[in-house]
Amino acid sequence: MKISPNWIRDLVSPAATDRDVAEALTVSGIAIEGYFGEGADQTWEAEITTNRVDAMNHYGVAREVSAIYDVDLAPLAPTVAECGPANFPILIEDAEGCARYTARIVRGVKVAPAPAKIAHRLELIEQRSISNVADASNYVLNEIGHPTHAFDLDKLEGGKIIVRRARAGETITTLDGVERKLLPEDLVIADAVKPVAIAGVMGGEATMITFSTHNVLVESAWFDPASIRRTARRLGMHTDASHRYERGADPGITQLACARVAELIVASAGGSVSAEVDAVARTLAQPRIALASSEVKRILGVEIPPAEIARILHRLGFKVEGSGPEFHITVPTWRLDVEREIDLIEEVARIYSFLKIPNTLPSFAGGVIELPNARKQAALRSRLLSLGYNESLSSTFIPQEDARYFAVSAGAAEPVRIANPLSEEASFMRTTLVPGLLLQVAYNLNRGNSDVRLFEAGHVYAMRGEAVDEHNSLAFVSTGGARPSGVHGKPEPLSFFHVKGDIEQLLAAFTAPGVTFDRTVPAWLHPGRAARAQIAGNTVAIFGQLHPEVAAARKLKQDVFIAVVFVEALYQLALRQPAYTPISRYPAIERDFSFVLPEGVEFESIRHKLAALSIAELTAILPAETFRGGSLAAGSYSFLLRVRFQSAERTLRDDEVANWSQQIVSAVETLGGSLRQ
Amino acid sequence: MYTVPKLEDFSPAALDAAAAELLAALVAESHAAADPRSFEEFRNRWMARKNGVLTQVNDLWLKAAPSPAKRDVGQRVNALKQRAEALVAEAEQLAATAALGSKLKSETIDISLPGIERPLGVRHPVLRTLDELISVFVKMGYSVAEGPEVESDYYNFEALNFPPNHPARDTQDTLFIANQEQRAQRDRLLLRTHTSPVQIRTMEKLVPPVRVICPGKVHRNDAPDATHSPVFHQLEGLCVDTNITFGDLKGTLDHAMKSLFGSAVKTSFRPSFFPFTEPSVEVSISCPFCGGKGCRPCKQSGWIELLGAGMVDPNVFGFVDYDPKKLSGFAFGMGVERLAMMTYNVDDIQQFFYGDMRFLEQFA
Repeated sequence: MKISPNWIRDLVSPAATDRDVAEALTVSGIAIEGYFGEGADQTWEAEITTNRVDAMNHYGVAREVSAIYDVDLAPLAPTVAECGPANFPILIEDAEGCARYTARIVRGVKVAPAPAKIAHRLELIEQRSISNVADASNYVLNEIGHPTHAFDLDKLEGGKIIVRRARAGETITTLDGVERKLLPEDLVIADAVKPVAIAGVMGGEATMITFSTHNVLVESAWFDPASIRRTARRLGMHTDASHRYERGADPGITQLACARVAELIVASAGGSVSAEVDAVARTLAQPRIALASSEVKRILGVEIPPAEIARILHRLGFKVEGSGPEFHITVPTWRLDVEREIDLIEEVARIYSFLKIPNTLPSFAGGVIELPNARKQAALRSRLLSLGYNESLSSTFIPQEDARYFAVSAGAAEPVRIANPLSEEASFMRTTLVPGLLLQVAYNLNRGNSDVRLFEAGHVYAMRGEAVDEHNSLAFVSTGGARPSGVHGKPEPLSFFHVKGDIEQLLAAFTAPGVTFDRTVPAWLHPGRAARAQIAGNTVAIFGQLHPEVAAARKLKQDVFIAVVFVEALYQLALRQPAYTPISRYPAIERDFSFVLPEGVEFESIRHKLAALSIAELTAILPAETFRGGSLAAGSYSFLLRVRFQSAERTLRDDEVANWSQQIVSAVETLGGSLRQ
Repeated sequence: MYTVPKLEDFSPAALDAAAAELLAALVAESHAAADPRSFEEFRNRWMARKNGVLTQVNDLWLKAAPSPAKRDVGQRVNALKQRAEALVAEAEQLAATAALGSKLKSETIDISLPGIERPLGVRHPVLRTLDELISVFVKMGYSVAEGPEVESDYYNFEALNFPPNHPARDTQDTLFIANQEQRAQRDRLLLRTHTSPVQIRTMEKLVPPVRVICPGKVHRNDAPDATHSPVFHQLEGLCVDTNITFGDLKGTLDHAMKSLFGSAVKTSFRPSFFPFTEPSVEVSISCPFCGGKGCRPCKQSGWIELLGAGMVDPNVFGFVDYDPKKLSGFAFGMGVERLAMMTYNVDDIQQFFYGDMRFLEQFA
């Protein structure tokens, strides 16, 4: 809010420059964050936290200055010459909603533009001057913080004010010209016939002050914060009054504020003021809190002399009993935010100054405990980075169709819908990281970045009954060249096998006996170029080429490869602990076999057959080359198999190698293969 | 080309003159044999057993010498042969060096062409910033704690001393899970708006002393623009023990900020308001980018507001059954994207979420 330092100086006179005062206020909790204008017309932009409604006015800020500089605050004592009783009953039907309603009637006013001083001050703090009567209320709001309202007395029917809940079907047209439908939960100010104001939010158009108003009723009330907030929120209204009432106005100031408004009206618009009508439906307790100096020390870590504690609280308007080390503190009516000893300690600390409390370090006890999967997570991350994938972050939110379509397993749970999404495209929580990464691939391709390698680790979500299940997931995507084209050679296009190699590198971080690959993959992957990796029956990854139709639908004009790693399944496995195996001193022997195989016989079945031979010296089974066409019959292909034999204990003899080679040939023959002639 | 002359005169002087002529011719021809093939020809011509020049010397000079001179001619021819062999070996050495030189020369490449870079992945700048923050606090004895991103109203608000319908809730535009209307307010699910629920979950599980940091993703219903993102990251910390003071809060954060930004950085603390701390503070650091002189990240003020912090509110202890009369503690929190934006001079928070290779690769 805007604060005028000149106005502050009407209320308190510290021996310091405005700039010093502003800095002192900032350090003590009223943050002055901007300076505008010069001299008497200077204003400050003050950032006042929501709990400090008491400081959202000049008197409240002046009170802070008084405490900081230990100087007196000018008392507030409006004087009104009362001309007799109001004869205007106030009935509070809803004591919960309205604790107190104070009113005065000012008769015989002449509504006119406000006096220059008032109008100027309001304009300085960016308030619009309306008229002498309306401005009186607004001036008081900015002076002492209490919202008041002025009704045109002659528009109030039935000669009374009733504070009640709205009746079903009631409406009111508010000052802004909008007709509002009221609900029975809304607190209203009514005359004998109709609502004339939405309590604490905005007055009604029918009873507002106009230039033909002669008689005025000044309202100064205290409304329950929750009630005002509920109504203001429902109606989408946020006014200076509701802002303060919602956060807790001062229940002890209704009379003073009422008199002050009346005083200003008479001064600027003439008229005579009635005695006050003060309806009290309930009294709010003023907490009396025990405060111990020892507790101040325990929390702040610094000894603040009891006299200093007492001085600070006294200057802030607290009633201090005792001289320490124990105090009893009565909280002033304007500090609804202070209820407990700790709240008092904060008051003491901030005026004493946080900056004067010495920096210390707590003594250390206990050790650092690592998250259970921290190392595994780090291993995956560092391997992906080493493999050349850039780490990415994508949105948590995806469209409904993606949430269902990209589910990674059959019978997937219901996706999680957001009640108040930012947009239709962001109305579901991601069930997989795939759509987010595909969006990023498209973003890159559209901007001419044709080589993309990204990975993301993050949560994915699904409903589980009433609850939401969250899982860690990991996905990576690549498109473009495995090696870029250029002066150094031909480009190498990415293939399924690059992705498979990367998956194998990731799995190699774990103790993963017997990884198997099969073709059970979701429909969004290319059925012939995708695989599922399993370890001991648990799926640890699905990967391969994005289905060409899915790619086309997303306007991805080049092959895209994508992998989803089921990290939680992987985390069940231990990280592989490297251990040294002695390197054989004896030579290895390599043998090549050129087989012709029927189409459909895959390498995995050959590897499996050879493993079943249980030849301890067979240390490597390598597919060296495949070839189709040429003189080969259709339905068959040639396959160059390279094997390596080595013993840790001796040099191998030719006859054993010949024998093993024969076993290998026989094993492949059982698969329908034959040695190429 | 040199040919071995027939000698008439076998006197020592005549032999020496003939030998000198031969050696001069050998040296001259060796110079002409520049490449390996012509050198081979040269050597064969002089050294071949069959009909090489030196063999001819044997035939034409030694064998043709009259008997009385044979002994002397033999010695001289032998000396000549040794000298010739040495000269050929020398020439061979020179030729090999020259050949290697020209081979290396022919292999010369344009070293100004760019290197072949194997791609190295790059950590995301936000997560890299988070890594640095985590490492500072882990070194100070803090363990890392995690919690769910979908939280209940209880953990996100109520247990953090945000009463239902409290205006403080308005400051955190919350995204709610659909179809929760039938449930009690405290059980309703939402996307956590801060990582503070992890503090509650940690205290529920642990007996003090507690010293944790809670890094993680949070969500708010903020329309995306240059400074707002519905998804962002926070790092919070919590320290609870029997004797933790506001001075400890100040000292800890001052130490952490110096570890992060260098020992010249100063911290400043001023009152603020958070429902879950009392007293609450806002922590600023002297601008590490300009040293306090004023620059864009610090908006010319020399200071950057970086953290919210405070002493844990006794009400929060009440929710986790800690005795606020015996225990005290502090909590702090900060936004990671904002720090990353300042550190790396990023002017649009949305850049963090596009996956743009041109953007990410700048952080290599």
